[in-house]
Amino acid sequence: MTDLTMVKAINEGLRRAMRDDDKVLVMGEDIGRLGGVFRVTDGLLDEFGAQRIVDTPLAESGIMGTAVGLAYRGYRPVVEIQFDGFVYPAFDQIVSNVAKLHYRSQGAVKMPITIRIPWAGGVGAAEHHSESPEAYFVHTSGLRVVAVSNPQDAYVVLRQAIACDDPVVFFEPKRLYHTKGAVNLDTDLADAAPMGLARIARPGTDVTLLTYGAQVATAMDAAIAAEDEGTSIEVIDLRSLSPVDYKTVTASVRKTGRVIVTHEAAREAGVGAELIASVTERCFNYLESAPVRVTGWDIPYPPAKLEKHHVPDLDRILDAVDRVLDRPNSLTGVEL
Amino acid sequence: MVYTLTPAADLHSDVEDVARLLTADGERITDHELDPWVTDVGPEQLRALYRDMVLLRRIDSEGMALQRQGQVGLWAPCQGQEATQIGSARALRTDDFAFPSYRETGVVYARGAEPEGFLRAWRGEAHSSYDPNELGTAIPQIIIAAQTLHAVGYAMGIQRDGTDQAVATWFGDGATSQGDLNEAMVFAASYNAPVVFVCTNNQWAISEPVGVQAKAPIAGRAPGYGIPSMRVDGNDVLAVTAAMRWALDHARTGKGPAFIEAVTYRMGPHTTSDDPTRYRGKDEVEYWRSRDPLARVEAYLRAQDEFGDAFAAQVAKDADDLGAAVRAACLQMTTAPAISILDNVYAEPHTGLEEEKAWFGAYLDGFEEAAL
Repeated sequence: MTDLTMVKAINEGLRRAMRDDDKVLVMGEDIGRLGGVFRVTDGLLDEFGAQRIVDTPLAESGIMGTAVGLAYRGYRPVVEIQFDGFVYPAFDQIVSNVAKLHYRSQGAVKMPITIRIPWAGGVGAAEHHSESPEAYFVHTSGLRVVAVSNPQDAYVVLRQAIACDDPVVFFEPKRLYHTKGAVNLDTDLADAAPMGLARIARPGTDVTLLTYGAQVATAMDAAIAAEDEGTSIEVIDLRSLSPVDYKTVTASVRKTGRVIVTHEAAREAGVGAELIASVTERCFNYLESAPVRVTGWDIPYPPAKLEKHHVPDLDRILDAVDRVLDRPNSLTGVEL
Repeated sequence: MVYTLTPAADLHSDVEDVARLLTADGERITDHELDPWVTDVGPEQLRALYRDMVLLRRIDSEGMALQRQGQVGLWAPCQGQEATQIGSARALRTDDFAFPSYRETGVVYARGAEPEGFLRAWRGEAHSSYDPNELGTAIPQIIIAAQTLHAVGYAMGIQRDGTDQAVATWFGDGATSQGDLNEAMVFAASYNAPVVFVCTNNQWAISEPVGVQAKAPIAGRAPGYGIPSMRVDGNDVLAVTAAMRWALDHARTGKGPAFIEAVTYRMGPHTTSDDPTRYRGKDEVEYWRSRDPLARVEAYLRAQDEFGDAFAAQVAKDADDLGAAVRAACLQMTTAPAISILDNVYAEPHTGLEEEKAWFGAYLDGFEEAAL
């Protein structure tokens, strides 16, 4: 085990994947000599050269569309989108071609493309640099969508994503980029938990708290605070948003009878909406109270000085805990 | 290199600023840029190109007829564009790769498609009519200009593999307005990718004339990206062959991308859902009918005494046979079982979809049990 930041863990994940398979190449803006704006690709150009670490023109659809052509040719491109809000120009190539070509070709063409997206807010960034577009991709059949919450997962799940024959959208929470965690660089992919599995980050008995990405840390803080008040929260780090590991999720909800979802993406038609609907379909008779979502507001991402009011914090999660437990000390008491 | 950056008064009518080798009347003329690329093309090869165009026209008319008879859902005709499609696609090597749009039936034909390979998708049986790996031809693209980027990416793969293959991609004049083609040309030029861009300027993007897409001849854009280009008569199969050979040689020998604007005309509607009489006049269509790509080859060969009755009869019979085979392949297609719509969404197991498949399978099985 080595203590690494998430940036370094992803860097190591890319390095190992490229050493393991010479068909893997990395493409994106500023990823070569600069090492990426977050330095995620630092040092890779020196080791693998410009044929495999491809500094691209500033054109997201171009990056994604040429990745499609490379995949046609048998390559496994790892595409870096510089910031979450810059993925939209590539959206057409992703949903119309990356996601659908395997289906459209009756399985004759594989699209093993990994789309890395530095993701979400909490880092005081400028406009368009803090977005949470995961629901768009979860809604697109043919894509797998994962979101990591710690350096070990970042290292392992990235390698799994690159090895996967399907396209994978890989969300990297920016606000955890420089958080250190233990990473086993010798992890054997064959022994690791499969990419689609959720992780019980903290076991509990009273409430199931579903989350992913950077919100896992906030959820863990909330669980610790709730424990002090005598409430046992089971925190599930979903890790995969498509597919969702409903086996783990429903086992937890059937045990606790109460469920909360928290994410910083906007609420309307978000991943939380899908999770609540699916959990309700599967666990209606086990539920002791109505499920609750704790999400970003239905607004464009706010200015940096105000973002702390948008990204759900510990107190908003605890308020939801009160609601699912039907406690009178809920901060809002708002009838939804 | 024949290109122009000069704005045209009316791009739609100014179609004579092109390089050609056969006039509309079938007279062989000289072009110093094109001639060196077709010195080996004698009467026998011209007859083969003529035969290809006739067979393509038959596939196309069969597709139209099958749509009118309700056997295919939609058809995008290519009558009038035979010389552009055959001349360009026949210049490819088998191990090159093609990225066509949905209208390049002739490219799919030239790449060796079987009769069912032209219309399985148009009939609505599947999203693709053939295996792209077997034909070295991507699934025809409907999203406008998206395939041009795929072609460049594939060409970047060729560079990494160190082979002398080349890639060609086809798109219409409307596609030149799309961002993806702009990005494809930037990427191709920046990486010196071995890719040939073939713009089929057929004058109309559904109902929008080419003048809505461009104010100067389209071939003039490529040099701005550092890509050499040619503007050729797209109804002259010999000129298109020459231009494509030049472009492919350019790509294959490490000189990077090349661009061809083939000036031609879509004689029919955009698709079978379209009514071109609402946006263009009969005179225009008749003008282009007088420039028919098949007729000029026939006229040239007849003048050389190289187009005999036996040849004409054989080609007519081949066309009839192919038309019948295409029709039979269409009528004999069987629709896949309902459960198969959930296949091939993912290459590896996906628990969410597997769950849906289990549910749908059980649901379908319930009907079978009820029928017993």
